[in-house]
Amino acid sequence: MKLFKEILFPLIAVVAAFIVGGIVILIIGDSPIQTYKLLLGSAFSWPDGIGYTLFNATPLIFTGLAVAVAFRCGLLNIGAEGQLYVAAFAAAWVGMKFGAPDPGNTFVSQIVHLPGIVLVPLCCIAAIVAGAIWGGIPGLLKAKFGSHEVINTIMLNFIAVALLSYFTQYHYKVPGDPIMQTAPTSPSSNLAHLGKFIPGLPARIPLNLAFILAIVACILVYIFLWKTKWGYEMRATGANPSAAEYGGISIRKQIILAMAISGGLAGMVGINEVLGYRHRYYDGFSANYGFVGIAVALLGRNHPVGVFLAAILFAILLRGGIFVDAFTMHVSKDIVDMLQGIVIVFVAAEAIFRGPLKQFGLLKKAKV
Amino acid sequence: MRQIFTLQLLFSTIRLSTPLVLAALGGLYSERSGVINIALEGLLLAGAFTAASVTYYAHSPWVGLGSAIIAGAAVAAIIAVACIRYKADQVVTGTGINILFIGLPAVLSGALFLSSGSTPQIPRENLLPVLSHFLPFMPAWRIFTDVSIISLLALVIVFVTRYVLYRTPFGLRLRAVGENPEAADAAGVAVNRMRYVGVILSGALAGIGGAYLSIGQSSLFTRNMAAGRGFIALAALIFGKWRPVQTMLACLLFGFADALTIQMQGVAKLPSGEDIPVQFIQMIPYVVTIVVLAGFIGQSRAPKALGTPYQKEK
Repeated sequence: MKLFKEILFPLIAVVAAFIVGGIVILIIGDSPIQTYKLLLGSAFSWPDGIGYTLFNATPLIFTGLAVAVAFRCGLLNIGAEGQLYVAAFAAAWVGMKFGAPDPGNTFVSQIVHLPGIVLVPLCCIAAIVAGAIWGGIPGLLKAKFGSHEVINTIMLNFIAVALLSYFTQYHYKVPGDPIMQTAPTSPSSNLAHLGKFIPGLPARIPLNLAFILAIVACILVYIFLWKTKWGYEMRATGANPSAAEYGGISIRKQIILAMAISGGLAGMVGINEVLGYRHRYYDGFSANYGFVGIAVALLGRNHPVGVFLAAILFAILLRGGIFVDAFTMHVSKDIVDMLQGIVIVFVAAEAIFRGPLKQFGLLKKAKV
Repeated sequence: MRQIFTLQLLFSTIRLSTPLVLAALGGLYSERSGVINIALEGLLLAGAFTAASVTYYAHSPWVGLGSAIIAGAAVAAIIAVACIRYKADQVVTGTGINILFIGLPAVLSGALFLSSGSTPQIPRENLLPVLSHFLPFMPAWRIFTDVSIISLLALVIVFVTRYVLYRTPFGLRLRAVGENPEAADAAGVAVNRMRYVGVILSGALAGIGGAYLSIGQSSLFTRNMAAGRGFIALAALIFGKWRPVQTMLACLLFGFADALTIQMQGVAKLPSGEDIPVQFIQMIPYVVTIVVLAGFIGQSRAPKALGTPYQKEK
């Protein structure tokens, strides 16, 4: 019954969002059925559809997990966006400075030339640590001064964007490059595309080892939250802070730890982006991954399995948006942002569905 | 330096602060009633898009402004129903609304105007008028000192808000449901009804702010044109300690930082001859907010019941 409810509400929220979206599409003058066919159907072709969907899902799994871990501790991390930017830059910086330079990089000098086997893990660690620091700051501020993490993470998002745009523009951009991006990272820091290992998957599809890392992260988050003492303490803090404190758990420590882990997970987006895809830091690369991560976490009920599935769903939409843009008369790919927004509102206000569900006998009346 | 600190900078500050003041005052009504309003960004966008589209068809900025107010209030009503009636998480709901209004205006403008997210240009005579428009003569300095009528309106609303909040029964009730809803309820105040009013007012005011962005400051709606102003307004509200006049001053400060970045571009040089990176000035409002929230510059205390839905005792 419990599992049934865990699946039922997200499912209803998605269906309801699609119905509302369908009405909008109808008003605009397109066919909702055709639009949704394009939106959902284009993701399942092999190899392009599936390859790109899983590639798009990778950052959303990381940010979804990030938001979920913070949620389990009773915190809302709206700052995944800033954390993943800082992390991506850190990964790119290590990639530029610590490996044999890319031929396109005649500008940023190297400290050492590390081989890939050392450089790749180092870049990954840099991303995770940078994200953890950027996420840990609002955790620390909350623990020490009681200032609300929501406001601080929003502010840190803007600070991150400004700071990184400064570093990119003034220090790490190849002079004359019209694009706001850093010099390329060392080729030894590249993460292999999965096309190398999977027959039939062409190497041009950027799905890379970071996706495997995302699955591993899901498993680790599950083990951490439900199978370790630390995870138990974190969830206890989220469920009932005063009871947790009474039981001898230091809430402050939990808050800092949860925000740092959350930031570290968000930071792993940088691994996919820099090491697996662009091989440089590209200013403003994130397609709202941090904010969509909130939708992913909520829809996935803050559980790694749910996060994984929700990330796949949103990735399907992202991929489908391109086809909606091309093959419908009026609807643009912005329909995806719209649907995401509606899903978030419906998941947050799930109580809307309780009344009708009770009427249809799908939900017992006992609990409100 | 003389090139930077000019009269132009002053008026640029006023122009850039106007949408912040309106959105922040909107946030004030909502948050004083106990409902976090993180959706100011989305409300600004809703107002801006509505104002531009309606003005384009109706050829009247006043009809556009009115529609923007209605649109803002309507979107806020959705937030209110979700957060008050259905006790949805206020921050999450607001985030959803923000994402929704990145997408929805773009979808609609794609359908209405066959564009990728913006409305067509609106002719100058159909924009919200500037103050000198009402003067019988044409002073030579008017180009530099022109301020929109909405800026004046914002100033008036600040003082009206101060009066309403501290000198009327309505204001007392609004503050009461934000501070101590149980006591307000016991005293016969309809807590949730007050909250509905607070949230819907916030939408209406942010709607005006949005209209100013699209048919006051510029002449069309462009994708995501609020560009974080909703969040700066939220920061100003906190910096202003949830009080009308202080909040306005905070908005002016943040507007000044913004004006300075524009003014400085390519003008100001470091002694070494390099440009001063504008990014550092852009950061000021955000850093200030974090510092203020941490209590380094006086305490900024939120309304006590902010963020908690009210459940009547049974």
